[in-house]
Amino acid sequence: MDDFEPTIIAFVCNWCTYTAADLAGTSRLTYPTNVRLIRVMCTGMVDPKYIIKAFLEGADAVLVSGCHPGDCHYINGNYKARRRMKLLKAILPRYGFSEQRLKLTWIGASDGIQFARTIREMVEEIKELGPNEARNAAVV
Amino acid sequence: MAKTALYDIADKNLQGALASFLQSLLADDNISAVMVPMRQSGNDTVMQTLVTDPEQLSAADPFSPAFPMNAARLVSRLTKRSPGETVATVLRPCEIRAHIELVKLKQGQVDDIIIIGIDCPGTLQNNDFRKLAGKDPESTTDRFLTAALDGKTQFDEAVELPPACKICTHPVPEGADIGIGIFGMDIKKQFLLSAGTEKGEGLLDRLGLNVQEPPDGREEAVGSIVSAREASQGEVFAAVHEKTDTPEKLAEYLSGCINCYNCRVACPVCYCRECVFVTDVFDHDPFQYLRWAKRRGKIRMPTDTVFYHLTRMAHMTTACVGCGQCSNACPNDIPLAELFSMTASHTQNAFDYEAGRSLEEDPPLAVFREDEFAEVVEIKH
Ligand code: SF4
Ligand code: SF4
Ligand code: FES
Repeated sequence: MDDFEPTIIAFVCNWCTYTAADLAGTSRLTYPTNVRLIRVMCTGMVDPKYIIKAFLEGADAVLVSGCHPGDCHYINGNYKARRRMKLLKAILPRYGFSEQRLKLTWIGASDGIQFARTIREMVEEIKELGPNEARNAAVV
Repeated sequence: MAKTALYDIADKNLQGALASFLQSLLADDNISAVMVPMRQSGNDTVMQTLVTDPEQLSAADPFSPAFPMNAARLVSRLTKRSPGETVATVLRPCEIRAHIELVKLKQGQVDDIIIIGIDCPGTLQNNDFRKLAGKDPESTTDRFLTAALDGKTQFDEAVELPPACKICTHPVPEGADIGIGIFGMDIKKQFLLSAGTEKGEGLLDRLGLNVQEPPDGREEAVGSIVSAREASQGEVFAAVHEKTDTPEKLAEYLSGCINCYNCRVACPVCYCRECVFVTDVFDHDPFQYLRWAKRRGKIRMPTDTVFYHLTRMAHMTTACVGCGQCSNACPNDIPLAELFSMTASHTQNAFDYEAGRSLEEDPPLAVFREDEFAEVVEIKH
């Protein structure tokens, strides 16, 4: 499995994690190219079906990342995102999508270093885990 | 201890006694109508019917095993705004619990209804009901009750309780204003009326019934039904889990699905006015199908099937009451009730929530607290 390059879909909020990713770029920090960023206005708008769809399309992991508690620009979107994460973690692993593939983090706008580290660690972890269980099964 | 009364059954005629009890409700100044499952004229169909003429109640059949739909949807129609008058609605436990979920979703209320709940020995899926009723529609309910109260789950060579009922651990109508009890009762002689709320107590008082304790065997009878159901729930969930524990197996489990969405139409707690799966979002361009097929070498048509079911699980299983109507509605006999009940047990557990338990508990996805579920956040600093 040495040549396995995981695909990670990251839903990042405009105000915190996206800004952090941007900062990582402008600060010339390097992180693996396995991640596809999807900029959303707030983690509170990430409907469970976006995450489910990503997995069914073969994503090896999904990251949802937004502002730290108390910092959400829409006051409480990240608290809603946390509940949805709790919900999906009660569903998806039961059907064989391992729990490690689904992550929620808070990464603030000034934390480019944290962003780069998170992606690096995640790619390592998923490489170890192997491809998404649904990747080759024509499951949609 | 809830206030209880015993209602005498004349001439061993349960149906007759139930009809006269319902007539006494209609005679109450505060009640304008009764909604109750009723035999429809001309055939053996049993359907909820809104009755204002007491004479009509002779066809009432609240214990019929027919369960063509979860009536919470109908109660929601009657209560989405105040009808201005009070309706007594005769409901099964899973219908009451679904209605409680709908009230919390602002799709109904309880102020203008009196909920008359029934002890539910189970139901039959539509086809099975017709098979059982076919031979002798008049006696269907009696034949069913005699066997079901004797603990049987099989009624004919080919007619048995659906899995949803075999694993239902809520056979007694919690949340009802008044419950009609038949478990542990001699239903040739008496049924039990128990008030579960102040509204129910007031009504029992007005009906002038003698307050009496339930007979000795009652609690034990209920207990043994519940523990038998719990045991089969464990077995059924384990079997479903075994059949669905990888994405491929889940797809196989759902492979007969034709995306007709009957299951969500029949589901009392699938609360969206318009399901996203019937919107333009899923009206894909033709080239899209070909692109998917090329990427994997093949694509099952119709598409989006597993996607639909997983999304429905995420959207509504915290409110699933296990009524089994999804299975009843499926044209392809996909065992959905077990799948959704099993998933519901996990999602409701995750939030320490139980669908239909209480009007006071907020639906898990409608609220949040600042300090909770730290375990799902990967990096906490
Ligand atoms: S998912 Fe099925 S069992 Fe659950 S409430 Fe809806 S119809 Fe009833
Ligand atoms: S009712 Fe059956 S066939 Fe129709 S969408 Fe639901 S599972 Fe699929
Ligand atoms: S704006 Fe960043 S999580 Fe809400």
